[in-house]
Amino acid sequence: MATSHAAVWQRATVVDSTALTDDIRRIVLAPDHPAKVDAGAHIDVRVPIGGVLDRRSYSVVDAGPDGRTLAISALDSPRSRGGARAMHALRPGDTVEITQPIVDFPLRVGAAHYVLLAGGIGITAVMGMARVLRSVGADYTLVYAGRSRPALAYVEHVQNAHGDRLRLHITDEGNPLDVTELVGGVEPGTELYLCGPIRLMDAVRRAWIERELPYPDLRFETFGNSGWFAPEDFVVRIPRIGAEVTVRATETMLEALEAAEVDLMFDCRKGECGLCEVRVLDLDGDIDHRDVFYSERQKDSRGTMCCCVSRAVAPPGGTAVVTIDIS
Amino acid sequence: MKETTVDKILGHPLNAWYVAAWDHEVNRKPLARTVANRPLALYRTEDGDAVALADACWHRLAPLSMGKLEGRDGIRCPYHGILYNSAGRCVSMPAQETINPSATVASFPVVERYRYVWVWLGDAALADPELVPDMHQMDDPEWAGDGLTISVDCNYQLVLDNLMDLTHEEFVHSSSIGQEALSESEFTVHHDERTVTVERWMLGIDAPPFWLKNMRDKFPGFEGKVDRWQIIHFESPTTINIDVGVARAGTGAPQGDRSQGVNGYVMNTISPVTDRSSRYFWAFMRNYRLESQVITTQLRDGVSGVFREDEDMLVAQQAAIDANPDYEFYSLNIDAGGMWVRRLIERQLAAEGRLPAPVAAG
Ligand code: FES
Ligand code: FES
Ligand SMILES: [Fe+2]
Repeated sequence: MATSHAAVWQRATVVDSTALTDDIRRIVLAPDHPAKVDAGAHIDVRVPIGGVLDRRSYSVVDAGPDGRTLAISALDSPRSRGGARAMHALRPGDTVEITQPIVDFPLRVGAAHYVLLAGGIGITAVMGMARVLRSVGADYTLVYAGRSRPALAYVEHVQNAHGDRLRLHITDEGNPLDVTELVGGVEPGTELYLCGPIRLMDAVRRAWIERELPYPDLRFETFGNSGWFAPEDFVVRIPRIGAEVTVRATETMLEALEAAEVDLMFDCRKGECGLCEVRVLDLDGDIDHRDVFYSERQKDSRGTMCCCVSRAVAPPGGTAVVTIDIS
Repeated sequence: MKETTVDKILGHPLNAWYVAAWDHEVNRKPLARTVANRPLALYRTEDGDAVALADACWHRLAPLSMGKLEGRDGIRCPYHGILYNSAGRCVSMPAQETINPSATVASFPVVERYRYVWVWLGDAALADPELVPDMHQMDDPEWAGDGLTISVDCNYQLVLDNLMDLTHEEFVHSSSIGQEALSESEFTVHHDERTVTVERWMLGIDAPPFWLKNMRDKFPGFEGKVDRWQIIHFESPTTINIDVGVARAGTGAPQGDRSQGVNGYVMNTISPVTDRSSRYFWAFMRNYRLESQVITTQLRDGVSGVFREDEDMLVAQQAAIDANPDYEFYSLNIDAGGMWVRRLIERQLAAEGRLPAPVAAG
């Protein structure tokens, strides 16, 4: 929402860091300037990546009274861009720079029914919402899906807190989530809040549109860090200004171009606004569109891409090269 | 423990229902209203539900209240045409094929009750319709009457103070309802967590002009002394309903028999607009001669004239407060009701974390 969008940076002290699973750590921060935390809030954290401070978004999982402590959870997987490694290295007493809690994914109280759908680490974005819905006595279902039990953070916690309202889907246990069935069973007047990998988001979006449910009732948050393919290095060429830049797997295309002093416009940096659009003149490989700005039609045309989140994918046995023009 | 404060500009609780408008003011044409420092765009859906959206478009903050209603429950931003639904969700972004998932404006909880549209600007999870203050006389078939709105340039607490101590009637409203008996009579004060009551009886007095007329509406040709009552009921944070009336002296009104009298309820609920302006919704309801539209209109106009005298005083008081920033408030014994109101509000502010230290319970 417009009111809470602008980031105000402050210092926070790490008060706890606990491994929840092999890949996920819970990190509790004490901000210098506590503020009340609403459901659906995230903070941005400045993390050192390759010696440079970069910005990563993390949902606030839970918070102490008046926001005096904020718990976030970071997944460090082979696919992550390096920020998670730095987050995992944090120990009590360390300090980091964070923003105030920002709500770009607000929960609306008052819908007839709710489905909160979390894929993997996406649970962090909807746990606070589930808590509010439980406390106001709303009709909600929390659906939590993942590959295997050890990969699911907070499973026991949500089982205890939400009992019958929880539906667990664990692929390895022969109980994978069937999106078509889930969306097919949604009652009219349901708002669905979704946070998970792009494949899940895409499947839900298609099923939702297919069933002709009101699109504004499908709520989702993406930090633009999930793609169809694992990130890899690729090359960007901008013939008009004679630039050639290699984008490393651990950085975004926008970051790489900025580092090369290419003057680009952007705003959200998470694939929503479309301001970072570049025109694709030539492509060796394919595009991993990770934004929610373009329609299917626009993505399929491969004529443009949102360089803040989207990447190039290599052709078999080669390195991707994308030739672009900029505004 | 914190001392009792007399902050001259009192903050307003946010976890509360405030009246944004009379029911008849909210229509199929957007209405701009600021409540508790929050500009709102109010409108009604085709299904008749009142809606309160933040009056600033997500995109560049243009006022939605200047926009047009569209479809069953939508409103279109007048600037670049983003269409929102009544939940404040963007339904269409004209210049692109998709919808930005962040594109929302706040949609505040709304309840319609007692001829008013109430909004809740604080934590929506706490917006319990049961917390709407009791103003049932407004639309109860046993009562008749009407009211108006006063936009007054003063902090809302000055209005509460004004209504919690009616000895001012003797000086501010000398031509209609004021009389010496007011400041001479005893009064009692009670409070609990959400309410404060101030009760005052004046026995065997002359009816002031306003009340003499009302008595004669019910009892043509009435002459003689009356017993007069004012029972001020405050309900947190800004509603004050005043049970007022007179009865033939000595006919048992103080003991509960009001049959030989006339009874009215002055219904007041104050919505902070900014720190220095308020919207004051009032009505005068009566439980006799319900059939008479003439009496309804006469009472509304009569009270309106009385309240204009209050408004002049309140605006002048706020101006004097602002012109004397280095002077403080002092209190009189007659302020007991108003001071309890202030304390209940301060506790609520403290509970919301918006006042440095809570006043100890008592
Ligand atoms: S900066 Fe907004 S989509 Fe890339
Ligand atoms: S300001 Fe509303 S659409 Fe641009
Ligand atoms: Fe008055």
